Amino acid sequence: MSLSILAQTPLLTEQIPTPVVSWPALLPLIVMALGGLLLLTFASLFGRRVGTPFFTWWTVMTGLIAFGTAVPLWAQVQGWDRRVLWWNPEQTPAGAFSTVGGAFGIDGFSVLLTMLIALAVAVCALVMAGTSERDGERHVEGPALLILSATGAMVMVGANDLIVLFLGLEVLSLAVYVLAAMNLRRVQSQEAGLKYFVLGAFSSAFFLYGIALVYGGTGSTSLVNITGFLADNLLLGSSSVLVLLGIALMVAGLAFKVAAVPFHSWSPDVYDGAPTSSVAFMASVVKIAAFAGMVRVLVVGFDTFAADWRPILQVLAVLSLVGGALVALVQTNVKRLLAYSSISHAGFILLGVEAASDTGTRAVLVYLVAYTFLVIGSFAVVSIVGRSGDGMHSLDSYRGLGRVSPALAGTFTILLLAQAGVPFTSGFYAKFYAVIAAVDAQSAWLAVVAMLSAVIAAYLYLRLVVTMWFVAPGDQTPAPGLPIPATTGVALVVCVAVTLFIGITPGPLTSVVDEAPPVVVEPPVEQVADAPGLDGLPPGLLDALGGGGAGGQDPLTVDPGGAGTPAGGAP
Amino acid sequence: MRSIDAGYLVLAAILFSIGAFGLLVRRNPLVMLMCVELMLNAVNLTFVAFGMMLGDLAGQVTVLFVLVVAAAEVVVGLGIVVAMARRRPGATADDIRVLRG
Repeated sequence: MSLSILAQTPLLTEQIPTPVVSWPALLPLIVMALGGLLLLTFASLFGRRVGTPFFTWWTVMTGLIAFGTAVPLWAQVQGWDRRVLWWNPEQTPAGAFSTVGGAFGIDGFSVLLTMLIALAVAVCALVMAGTSERDGERHVEGPALLILSATGAMVMVGANDLIVLFLGLEVLSLAVYVLAAMNLRRVQSQEAGLKYFVLGAFSSAFFLYGIALVYGGTGSTSLVNITGFLADNLLLGSSSVLVLLGIALMVAGLAFKVAAVPFHSWSPDVYDGAPTSSVAFMASVVKIAAFAGMVRVLVVGFDTFAADWRPILQVLAVLSLVGGALVALVQTNVKRLLAYSSISHAGFILLGVEAASDTGTRAVLVYLVAYTFLVIGSFAVVSIVGRSGDGMHSLDSYRGLGRVSPALAGTFTILLLAQAGVPFTSGFYAKFYAVIAAVDAQSAWLAVVAMLSAVIAAYLYLRLVVTMWFVAPGDQTPAPGLPIPATTGVALVVCVAVTLFIGITPGPLTSVVDEAPPVVVEPPVEQVADAPGLDGLPPGLLDALGGGGAGGQDPLTVDPGGAGTPAGGAP
Repeated sequence: MRSIDAGYLVLAAILFSIGAFGLLVRRNPLVMLMCVELMLNAVNLTFVAFGMMLGDLAGQVTVLFVLVVAAAEVVVGLGIVVAMARRRPGATADDIRVLRG
């Protein structure tokens, strides 16, 4: 009686293949997402009692815990032979792997960048705490959006499926649009938010259209299937047109996110208008995620099309390198100046992507690690000099800063020299590896352009340094005794320490980066027994139910029409 | 490839172009938001058309994800537009020019 009812319910007998999820692999993501949501909940319940120091502490801890949960993953990918936290080499096989049905990859590349993003969130939260304390703001939205946005960035660095990449990009971007518009007292901030939103949504739509075309050309959005398909098939006619068009549209979408010329027009305005502490996050984490997506899609996914996309990236790189450096020369606003200089940095990172090689990917990683701390540190200084209200950003505000606040000016000098690529700083090695990658990839002319643009850019950094140390203080210079908030001070110390450490001993970073190549790994084959709806049934029941039916079939090959068969075969 | 399916693709491309063009020329922030929606839905149509051609369900599943993203995007977009309108009622994109690129 009850058996026949069971048999007539197709849901129970039809096997739905569910992906195997390795939860430890997703822990950094879970920590970040939960951290952001719990922070919002907590703040809405007890917000008045706890205040900004608690929000900051929570954000920093979330970042550090996410970093900690990524360490066993690194051990697993590298195959360390000792136990690290919950990773036991005797129980779990070592090496890169993918989970959630191959949609999310855990390899050296994604774990390293996940760690970098986690650290960047912690440092950005410290910078943000400094400004909100000074301006008397007690908002929880800033820290919460930092965490949630970084969750999207972590999804992007591990995405092995184009749709997952798109979802990560949107989670990242939507939070950043709000971060840009968050200062309600400055009209520029809302204007920046609106501009960023409109142009960002525009570019996301192009990116998504690119994914749709690639899906039409290759029949899948999963990078595992796409690489397999491209390796086995020679695309002809309309399919190859679809894929090429799709790649071009995806490159345009990602180039917008990294602010490469000619997709950069939003960046100076947004950097200028948005709260400075948000800009520190935008300039670091958004670029990490977008470049990770670019490497994963182009270098790993579509390396068979390298001959087609390399010229596009070469044009983007040259325009960004030269355009960013030249336009930065005429800027009188330090935030806009740093925006153009970060466009020029994006050009250098594009050199690494363009190389389409292991050397190139290593250069991208080294550059991203160095650049993240450089740019957060630089904007931290700008946020202090901007003073209450976050509005004093003209070059005149930096006149004679060395006399007013030698510590701050000294810190900024180190960071600016590092951005210029002076030896004994991380910026030197970053630029060095990018140029090496370009030369290795037979595009020496690009390397020459890069070095020339570095010379131009050096002039603008030196101009700032000269303004700080060799010009008398003007009426816009901060009064002596400019307070440096303690949290921002900690962030600055971290940034300068990392910059100098990498600059003096690059060995540790390069050895880590050497072991972090991006790979696409097929997901483990799913077991029939894992399908839901069958677990609760006794083993003999299946045979009784349906004369073979779906029970003996591989879940992956069940055809949609087969759902009715078991019901028909029931007694 | 049946011709009717290719027709859907062409329609989607036209809709996408209308959305992109509208975003660039219209100055009302709300109309710009609608244009973004039009672009995303054109992509949805593309996904469904390709899914039908390939006999693959993934195309239709993707549409659900994109719908959620589009809804979230409108929420954030409207939030920013409202924050802007509180300060300056009736502002168009041309009035918003404190910052110059």
